Amino acid sequence: MPRVNGTGQRIYAWFERRLQLEGPVKEAALHPVPRNTASWWYVFGSAAFTLLFLQIITGILLALIYVPSAAHAWDSLNVLNHQVPLGWYIRALHGWGSNFMVAIVLIHMAQVFLFGAYKFPRELTWILGVFLLLMTLGMAFTGQVLRFDQDAYWGLGIGASIMGRVPFIGGGLVHLLLGGPIIAGATLSRFFTLHVFVIPGLLLLFALTHVWMVLKLGVNEWPMPGRVVRRATYVQEYNKLAHEDGIPFVPGAFWKDLVFSGAVIAAVAVCALIMGPFGPGGQPDPSIIQTVPKPDFFFLWIYAVLSYLPPALETPFILIAPIIGIAILLALPFYAAEGEKSWHRRPVAVLVVSFVAVAWGSFTQLGTVTPWSPHMSAWSADAIPAKFLRGASPLVRQGANVFQDKQCRNCHAVGGRGGQRGPALDDIATRMTPDELRFKVVTGGGNMPAFGKNLSPAEIEALVAFLDTLHPPNQRPAVNPVNEVYTSTHASGGEDVSAAPGAAR
Amino acid sequence: MTNDEHRLTQNQDAPTPTGIPPLNELAKHATSGEDDRVVSRRWLLMKAGIALNGLVGLALAVPVVRYIFAPWRKDSSYESWISLGAVKSFPAGETRLALFKNPFTRSWDGPTDNVACYVRREEADKFQVFAINCAHLGCPVRWFPQSQLFMCPCHGGVYYADGSRASGPPTRGLFTYDWKVVSNELHIDAGQMPTLSNSAKLEKPEIGEGDCTCRG
Repeated sequence: MPRVNGTGQRIYAWFERRLQLEGPVKEAALHPVPRNTASWWYVFGSAAFTLLFLQIITGILLALIYVPSAAHAWDSLNVLNHQVPLGWYIRALHGWGSNFMVAIVLIHMAQVFLFGAYKFPRELTWILGVFLLLMTLGMAFTGQVLRFDQDAYWGLGIGASIMGRVPFIGGGLVHLLLGGPIIAGATLSRFFTLHVFVIPGLLLLFALTHVWMVLKLGVNEWPMPGRVVRRATYVQEYNKLAHEDGIPFVPGAFWKDLVFSGAVIAAVAVCALIMGPFGPGGQPDPSIIQTVPKPDFFFLWIYAVLSYLPPALETPFILIAPIIGIAILLALPFYAAEGEKSWHRRPVAVLVVSFVAVAWGSFTQLGTVTPWSPHMSAWSADAIPAKFLRGASPLVRQGANVFQDKQCRNCHAVGGRGGQRGPALDDIATRMTPDELRFKVVTGGGNMPAFGKNLSPAEIEALVAFLDTLHPPNQRPAVNPVNEVYTSTHASGGEDVSAAPGAAR
Repeated sequence: MTNDEHRLTQNQDAPTPTGIPPLNELAKHATSGEDDRVVSRRWLLMKAGIALNGLVGLALAVPVVRYIFAPWRKDSSYESWISLGAVKSFPAGETRLALFKNPFTRSWDGPTDNVACYVRREEADKFQVFAINCAHLGCPVRWFPQSQLFMCPCHGGVYYADGSRASGPPTRGLFTYDWKVVSNELHIDAGQMPTLSNSAKLEKPEIGEGDCTCRG
């Protein structure tokens, strides 16, 4: 107990007499930890814990204004953004705090995995950590729903559609998820309950238990190649290390936790100040269909995965992969409770983390670009670059009109603009002959709709004529070798309509 | 639990293999010097207390579970026939967006109970009413009359004018509502968000042909 003046000392003593916290707090603070755990690599867990408290405080502040009603939530967010003094800043802190928390929890998990900290006797600490990760992601998703805008609305629609794929009980699960037959008032209320009461309560309970175990079992020692974990000897070895080459947890290791946590909170505050709050986007009115829903950053990878899965694999994958993934994470400390901790001796672990990180990064990048989504307004917004039409015949110009008017541009880019769903067509004439172009336009196939019914023969001819001009000036358009032989031997080629547009170039 | 774990959790008491359950041992400490029978009576009363709480909890769980599962209802209980307006507002040969108020609604639903659907009037007395939700993951599809296609902005599902699948990840065509014409008004049987579990069972992926006569 620090020396204080008489009155202060008496007040302290009065409380201590009743609370009796000095002993346990001192024990927790001063317990020895191995010297080399006082490392900057060991600061992520405490930073996540600090962020949790930032989220709780800013969440309570937001709840002072926010109205969890489908009719008013969106309005109350706009009031927070624009009318309540600094309401926008509290929203920004909560939003950026959430992003930072997910990021730090993921980094913490990767670090703990690479340092072998899940091994005996810290298996349960890891398992609680897995649940803490799931709950953090659950908070991120339910929080996105509370930002009750178009993205939230259609995000719920995607959630319901996934639930609806569960065999036998899918319909009932959709009703449970939505609190009724459609996304409406009851849906927001139950996500509010989850986000504000259920998940935070569990999160806090699990996080405190997690920290309790870290204090009781000791901070994982710095892994050294060759220092192998064995159930029979580990605890003795650890205690020896902590006592012979140890330092008190406070302040030896704790000061780095404090500095990093402070820096992270400062980073959240600066991001919030400069970049402001997230949304809300458009009104959650499902009759406004001019919308391109997109999930929040940490779910973009799922968005990407869902667009690349083959249709037949989709339902099994969506329903089974998460269960397998979680089961693997939970089983890990039992499968590998003993053995080497050092990443120098665990190439598979390093590979797994690298692979997951690269896969996650790639899918997130793809989710940002969404090459699979048609650009819904490309057909009317992106003009055909003039260079494609300079000196073009009337037929080719008409073809360019057809190309725009029939929404081809929504999926096919020309001159670098337009959808990326299908291939860019800047040099399509070098790859396909007019006959092949005509066949493809009419019958579709390979992810392209058939336009045979929707285009008149004249429109098809004009479109093919335009497409056949799309080749670099120094490269010939593709020709059918059979036709070429035919036309050169018979010299007439009058029946070969396909040669005509190519010749026009 | 191994010995190591005991030491680790600072529990220095070695377990004594006396055969007496640990709870009883605790009780003996609490009532040292008293007759074993007295102890067992107290334990019996405690067990009775636990049993009483268990019973009360079980009895309370019934209404709680019933309350939580209240939304889990038969599809038909959510659905009812609802008017989309006069038949003449849907010209023959065209596909139009129509809006309706969801029949199952609460006063605090706000704009969320405005539901949209597409009405395609093929002929004077032949309609098709499509749900707005893509059959893949429920995003709102958009109708392009020029190319006669529905396109989904999310994962790029495309459907022909008749609702059949044209391309992309959906495993089936657009969801449809049942319809009927009552006193010159078009009615549909609606009420819940269409998903693969209520509107139709999973179908095998099948490429639609968009009424195209030119395909084999």
